[in-house]
Amino acid sequence: MGLLDKLGFGKKEEKLQEGLEKTRTGFLDKMGKALVGKDKVDDEVLDDLEEILITSDVGVKTTLEVIRRIENRVARDRFISSSELQKILKEEITGLLKEHEPDRPAEFEAELKQKPHVILVVGVNGVGKTTTIGKLSNMYKLAGKRVMLGAGDTFRAGAVEQLKIWSERADVPLIQQGHGADPAAVAYDTVASAKSRGADVVLVDTAGRLHNRKALMAELGKIKRVMGKVVDGAPHEVLLVLDASTGQNALQQALAFTEVVDVTGLALTKLDGTAKGGIVIGISHEMSVPVKYIGVGEKIEDLQVFDRARFVQALFEKTVAGSS
Amino acid sequence: MFEDLSSKLENAFKSVTGQARLSDINVAETVREIRRALLDADVNYEVARSITSKVKEKALGQGVVASVTPGQQFTKIVYDELAWVLGEEKEEITFSDKPPTVILIAGLQGSGKTTFSAKLAKWLKEQGKTPMLAAADVYRPAAVDQLKTLGGQIDIPVYAIKEKDAGRVATEAVAEAKKNARDVLIIDTAGRMHVDEYMMNEVADIKKSVNATEVLFVVDSMTGQDAVNTAKEFNEQIDFDGVVLTKLDGDTRGGAAISIKTVVNKSIKFISTGEDMDSISPFYPDRMAQRILGMGDVVSLVERAQQQYDEVQARKLQSKISSDTFNLEDFYGQLQQVKKMGSMKDLVGMIPGMSKQLGDTEIDDESLKPIEAVINSMTIEERRRPQLINGSRRKRIAKGSGTSVKEVNDLLKQFNQMKKMMKTMTKMNKMGRAMEGLKNMTGQQKIN
Repeated sequence: MGLLDKLGFGKKEEKLQEGLEKTRTGFLDKMGKALVGKDKVDDEVLDDLEEILITSDVGVKTTLEVIRRIENRVARDRFISSSELQKILKEEITGLLKEHEPDRPAEFEAELKQKPHVILVVGVNGVGKTTTIGKLSNMYKLAGKRVMLGAGDTFRAGAVEQLKIWSERADVPLIQQGHGADPAAVAYDTVASAKSRGADVVLVDTAGRLHNRKALMAELGKIKRVMGKVVDGAPHEVLLVLDASTGQNALQQALAFTEVVDVTGLALTKLDGTAKGGIVIGISHEMSVPVKYIGVGEKIEDLQVFDRARFVQALFEKTVAGSS
Repeated sequence: MFEDLSSKLENAFKSVTGQARLSDINVAETVREIRRALLDADVNYEVARSITSKVKEKALGQGVVASVTPGQQFTKIVYDELAWVLGEEKEEITFSDKPPTVILIAGLQGSGKTTFSAKLAKWLKEQGKTPMLAAADVYRPAAVDQLKTLGGQIDIPVYAIKEKDAGRVATEAVAEAKKNARDVLIIDTAGRMHVDEYMMNEVADIKKSVNATEVLFVVDSMTGQDAVNTAKEFNEQIDFDGVVLTKLDGDTRGGAAISIKTVVNKSIKFISTGEDMDSISPFYPDRMAQRILGMGDVVSLVERAQQQYDEVQARKLQSKISSDTFNLEDFYGQLQQVKKMGSMKDLVGMIPGMSKQLGDTEIDDESLKPIEAVINSMTIEERRRPQLINGSRRKRIAKGSGTSVKEVNDLLKQFNQMKKMMKTMTKMNKMGRAMEGLKNMTGQQKIN
């Protein structure tokens, strides 16, 4: 049975405000109660689940996929307890999120295969690339790694200065050629200095660019290519930064950036608001790319390694994702 | 995967073309498609639900305009609803009687406030104002530098201080603007999360202390479902006067515009479309509605068809096709109808997916001329009974129309093929309709 069969029908239109304020808490209990001993999930429960997923920006397609999986699983294991059902629900959603890869560990203490380990950070305008780099450099540094930064956003006014302040906060060296310089040259320079100075981790910033701007995307491809000329296999990680408040367009972004620079990991920022960032579920599933980090504030320590179970749990809570 | 709503609606309606009324049955599936499309375009869940229920109400019982497909007509209903929600006309910003007019810019992190502030300053300058900028984002590293650099590029003064006190920057900037006879002051503030009480209080305090004439809430057009939460919270705290949608040069549908307008009922006053200092423009609700639907210009097509097309004539035509009495005279009438609707190229361009299908094939009105000429050179009897046209008549027609016998032959051949095809299509349509009806009836039971 298609979920959308039910959309908008037979249900009295609720007052908008009420709908928006409807609490997510208690959904799991409700779902459990409605289901014990049955081999079918009640429509009402599915409606609620659909609403939670859609309003978390999971998107129609992935929401339907989640519902389909849960229905199949429940049809198979008919007599289940409510706690089992909650587990199933979380497992099915978690299963859509790709696991971390051993070759590219997210943990800062982990041993890195390459030296230097080169990370290129990309994304559209305003998602928080520079801030994420600032936080990452601090984490790596605290974990005992020798870190170096490259100011590859030579376009936006103030971007180089912004990264410089972060590099001072984290106390790591910054390679820069100032505003208006060729970003590919900055990237080349950064990786070359990192190599000669024996750095462990290199983080290269890039200017925000909308993924439908052909010329700017081509420029990004070039930035990536020159890095490989200095260090074999560089960049070893291409981190796409996504804003948690972004809706379905994030998928277009992920597809376009992957086409040009082959994204290997995602960083989801601004999870300290009320946005849930559900779009990463579909992206991670469809493109087989793991979410590696989440940003939860403006302070240098406000970054965490992504935890699938906690992220999924947070979808069903009113509270902030990632907050301890 | 990015299928346009209008083509989705086409599919949903494949089976009911020619049906005289939009019925419960054919509306149900369509409403589902619309709802999905709205959600895909990031319109908020509840807002999408309320829009589709209104659309459903309007669509039920409405007569089908014969010359457009029900899918196209439905798109028009949705479009009208969206455009209505977005506001009937554009709204301007308010200027104070006692200069300076103080414009306060607020929003989430990364929404594009600083860039917009500079663009707005330039835009106002071009309208003869003497704006000044104030750098009240004292938190983000180098935000003040960014605004200063932009101010330098557009040659507009920027007020900033060394101390990290946003309130002080704002109040001092007002005094500075007065002193230097700048008639508009634009205050750029730090990005803030709507759940951050301290920061929300700060911006509310600034609004009060500078007695802001106009407060603009800046939103990234790529925002998803959370747009309603942030807009509501900002509106409660600072009661903003207008909304600015940024980054519309991307390929986002921008459904957040609908959500925000619905939830806080404040007008969208500007859109921002790039990093260039000139890429700012007033907001046009109709264009936004079209963008959200991703629909080419189906609206104008439907409107033109509604104006130009005679429904009775269209029905006559259909019965002629099915009774096999469609002749060259009818064909000629058809051509004239199409021509009345506008140039072929325009018409083709308005049909979603059509221009892509045709690729580079040139279509122009000139190509219709020889066809018209050939038909014009026939006698009425020949047009009504094309089978009369023998060899000598063909020669005469070719001579009269300034074409060749081959062209006359081609036209007649094409006409016969078309007639055959039309007949098969009508038959298939009838059958398809019966099948779909059955399917929909069973589908209905499931829904209720």
